[in-house]
Amino acid sequence: MHVVTFTRSTPDTAAKVWVDDNGDVTWGDTATVVNPWDEYSLEEAIVQAETAAGKATVIAIGAEFHNDALKHSMSMGIQNAIRIEEHRADIRDSLVWSALAAGAIRKLGDVELILFGKESVDVGTDQHSYQLARRLGWTMLSYVSNILEVNGEAGTIKVEKMLEQGKQLVSARLPAVVSVMKGINEPRYPNFLGIRKAAKAQIPVWSARDMDIEPPAAATAVLAYKNPPARKIETEIIDGQSIDEKANILVERLFEEKVL
Amino acid sequence: MSVFVWIETFEGQVNSSSREAVAAGRSLADAFGTELAALVFGENAAAIGAEVGQYGAAKSIVCSDNSLSVYRPEPYAALLTHLVRQHSPTVVIAAASHRGRELLASSAADTCSGLISEVIDLRVEAGSIIATRPVYAGKVLMEMTSNTATTFVTICGRAFQALPANAAASAEVTAVEAALDSGSITTQIEGFESEAGKVSLSEAAIVVSGGRGMANNPLAAADLKGEEAKIWKAKEGFKNTLRPLAAVLGAAIGASRAAVDAGYIPYEHQVGQTGKVVSPDLYIACGISGAIQHQAGMRGSKIIVAINKDAQAPIFKLARYGIVGDLYQAVPALTKALRKKLN
Repeated sequence: MHVVTFTRSTPDTAAKVWVDDNGDVTWGDTATVVNPWDEYSLEEAIVQAETAAGKATVIAIGAEFHNDALKHSMSMGIQNAIRIEEHRADIRDSLVWSALAAGAIRKLGDVELILFGKESVDVGTDQHSYQLARRLGWTMLSYVSNILEVNGEAGTIKVEKMLEQGKQLVSARLPAVVSVMKGINEPRYPNFLGIRKAAKAQIPVWSARDMDIEPPAAATAVLAYKNPPARKIETEIIDGQSIDEKANILVERLFEEKVL
Repeated sequence: MSVFVWIETFEGQVNSSSREAVAAGRSLADAFGTELAALVFGENAAAIGAEVGQYGAAKSIVCSDNSLSVYRPEPYAALLTHLVRQHSPTVVIAAASHRGRELLASSAADTCSGLISEVIDLRVEAGSIIATRPVYAGKVLMEMTSNTATTFVTICGRAFQALPANAAASAEVTAVEAALDSGSITTQIEGFESEAGKVSLSEAAIVVSGGRGMANNPLAAADLKGEEAKIWKAKEGFKNTLRPLAAVLGAAIGASRAAVDAGYIPYEHQVGQTGKVVSPDLYIACGISGAIQHQAGMRGSKIIVAINKDAQAPIFKLARYGIVGDLYQAVPALTKALRKKLN
């Protein structure tokens, strides 16, 4: 079984991110990390490939700084990495992104399971996973908290899926795109051997032509990035003789604010 | 030419966030000078289809085929895609819930349409939609537009206000067939474990959250030591100190990542960059220092109250009101004061 997972480099979640004078998003000199949600999909890809005695490949789409996430993935234990970069394509549009992703899956040819983290913390969305599944015509299983069984021979998969109202047990046919939640596993730390191997790895870069596809035109366009308006917050530290008095004053204030 | 709004339902009931989607769809339909049509699939679809007229939809298209009784992406997306191809709506809008995001992204891919998800503001300029959405966990806002005949939009919870119900209004209902025969569906739902009855974090008007400070419970942990004692104390604190406050307020329980990672409370309660993003009217942070990742999940709250022993904690910079003190004294006092006031 060939398991593929997609990842990306994102600014560290503690980093300050802002829009500079040119209107571009920047995070200064802060290092990027692997998208935090992807720690779980990377671990799951390793586990699923091992269980099925198959292999795992990690793919990132975008500029060279995404190599950091790919190298992190390799240092965790994913054997193969590919980066897709296509200058003619605006990958901020998810239809374009998913067309490139589908091109890579078709070129690889033998993939049966694709894993995603729940979402990307930078672009703040999970739409890429759904659109890739539709472009491939594969089963989509989202918000999976447990993969109970993957049977390559029978071509079936059984998972637990989180809903906003509870937990669902779902069986489905492969090939499938699965997005996984935090808590599905304990992501491993990169080990010394893995880090050395990743440091030496030459990551192949594929263009649309390499995948024999023509990147589609973007359906959406980014007009501007903006810094959110600064919220002026005046903090009132509640003062009082006793904790009960403070609590009573706070309740009065909350009623005045009409939030109760 | 029309605006489609997908009405999300669960076990035959409308999810409240769908009313916000109807309101956002209503204002788009007005801006485009077109009509608003509600789409209702699954259990009880016809009745709900008529009822959404009260919230501003003139028409509704409903399908109560058995294959749609419980949401699954394939049959739902197949039908939505079919209806979009048939009617070429200008906009398809829905709440950015798990399902709304999945369904609209799928159908946008099927129809090669522009998709703008998790939107907090919408306007129409020269016949084009301009949408604002948060990126980098709200540290930056992005303005986007779409250049396809149909644009798919999902809206963040509590970013748009639901319209008051007009009991006299009713929508004109059209019933349609499912678009995918049940034999072609590759997923089977084999079981469901309900967590009904809990207040949903993302929809709650009030959220009460606990952090690392929950471990400072003065309660004696009988035979436990070290980390185990801390975990026990924090769990007791969530149960016996935070829950009563949440119960008085009808609030949902949240937590910081520190509390989740330490094992004090399950992950589904985590608020923050790698948890849920909430924007309630009132957010009460108890024993939470306010790391930037936590702020990313709650800074959109209307009024923030912080209760923390450390007067220097960054959470006080976000808070409108603060109590510097031990949460194990302040929270019970607050619960008592609220009970008195609300009764």
